[in-house]
Amino acid sequence: MTRYAMVIDTKTCIGCGDCVVACKTENKVPDGLNRDWIVELTRGTYPRLETEFRSERCNHCSNPTCVTLCPTGASHLWNQTNIVLVDADKCTGCKACIAACPYDARLVMHPDGYVDKCTFCHHRVEQGLDPACVSSCPTRCMHFGSLDDPGSSVSELLQTRKYKVLNPETGNEPNVYYLT
Amino acid sequence: MKEELLVTARSNELIDPGLHIWTWEVAMYLFLGGLTAGIMIFAAYVTLARKDDEAPFAATQLALLAPIALSLGMTTLFLDLEHKLFVFRFYTAFEPTSPMSWGAWILLLIYPVTTLQILATLRRGFPVVVPYVDRWSIPRAVIDWCENHRRQIALVAVPSGIALGIYTGILLSAFSARPFWNSGVLGPLFLISGLSTAAALVALVSREKREKEMFTRLDLVLISAELALVGLFLISLATGTAKHIEALQSITGGPYTMVFWVLFVGIGLLVPLLLEMLEMRGVGKSLALLAPVLVLIGGYALRQVMIDVGQDSTWTRYPSQYSAEMLERMEPN
Repeated sequence: MTRYAMVIDTKTCIGCGDCVVACKTENKVPDGLNRDWIVELTRGTYPRLETEFRSERCNHCSNPTCVTLCPTGASHLWNQTNIVLVDADKCTGCKACIAACPYDARLVMHPDGYVDKCTFCHHRVEQGLDPACVSSCPTRCMHFGSLDDPGSSVSELLQTRKYKVLNPETGNEPNVYYLT
Repeated sequence: MKEELLVTARSNELIDPGLHIWTWEVAMYLFLGGLTAGIMIFAAYVTLARKDDEAPFAATQLALLAPIALSLGMTTLFLDLEHKLFVFRFYTAFEPTSPMSWGAWILLLIYPVTTLQILATLRRGFPVVVPYVDRWSIPRAVIDWCENHRRQIALVAVPSGIALGIYTGILLSAFSARPFWNSGVLGPLFLISGLSTAAALVALVSREKREKEMFTRLDLVLISAELALVGLFLISLATGTAKHIEALQSITGGPYTMVFWVLFVGIGLLVPLLLEMLEMRGVGKSLALLAPVLVLIGGYALRQVMIDVGQDSTWTRYPSQYSAEMLERMEPN
């Protein structure tokens, strides 16, 4: 199983939101819905403040509870990777996967009603391209690749830099890493 | 200070600002599913315990309510689906790790089992249909077979009912992403609550004094057991991780405190418990109808409060920098 990961450098991210716009454009995400978003974390007391920007999305977990709890098999792993996709033709819109996601990364597609989410742009990955958000990042703080390849940029960054993942205590083993 | 804000607007419907994917439709289904489970189990119990004389309603007519209650519940469940035309997809797969998938198949099992339960006592429970069913040889033979196998049917109905009643709780407890639900007590709690509401229904509907008393007595035991399970549930949250303790705060001072303690624990459990105890001692007979009605309300309240608080408990909660209120302030007067 190929394990794809996204590594995002919070030291160079400026929270511009280009990744959010790129995703909406590439994937034709309808108005009012978002597959990715940016969180600004502020810590400290003025004037000693510290800011961290995080571009967030589905973590394409290695232990995806959304897939485990889907009653129809609509939520599935793409092509023996950790990329979690939803097959709209199998989705009943029961929303179990939405409740199962500790990151609230899923959404209900309107007006259709099936559940939708970040796909790591698997249609681009298939062609050897990076996901749209990664490609469009003007500060180049986002990296995408396979963790199975020790020479990939994501593997190298995780070997040389300090990093964190969101809520590792969930046990979902998320695959979006934040360099700190 | 530590502050985490969404700086790009995220307002995914049903998810932001807090999860609200499931509302009364799912609560009603969980309530009616539990009620159906209780109906099946009690109809089977009076058969197996040979209490036909003592409990004529439960023995011969009660089972008819099972498919009716379940069908109503499945209707509200269907209303909750967002992608309704694809509902058949529940039956093109079996996903062993998904309690919801187990549930879908259990529901399919319930209809034939309850049908057999009904047929086994159809002639005695609903004598008005006798001339119609006995006119043809096939229905007559089927009903004869059911009557002759009434105990065996009851023996199948008990585990089927338990499966239905307990799965609704396991369904919620399997969501590790929602700390309030993530307790193994939920399965038994929902099962006992389902039995309690079914006992209340018999006490409410039956016209036989001995039967009313028998089911009121049963309900006393069940309400007590339910209170004990609620206590265990609260202990497991209170002694859990930070996320569990945070989830518990929703009902200990937080926004759901009143509905949990007053509506569910007070009106739904303690008041009927007290009324039934008085009734057993021959006091307050005029209130005999009130207790079962409150138990039924409490059964629904349990599901609704569980659905609401569970969705409110989360690992991820970001206030949005872009609130509608702020946008309004920007508009020129």
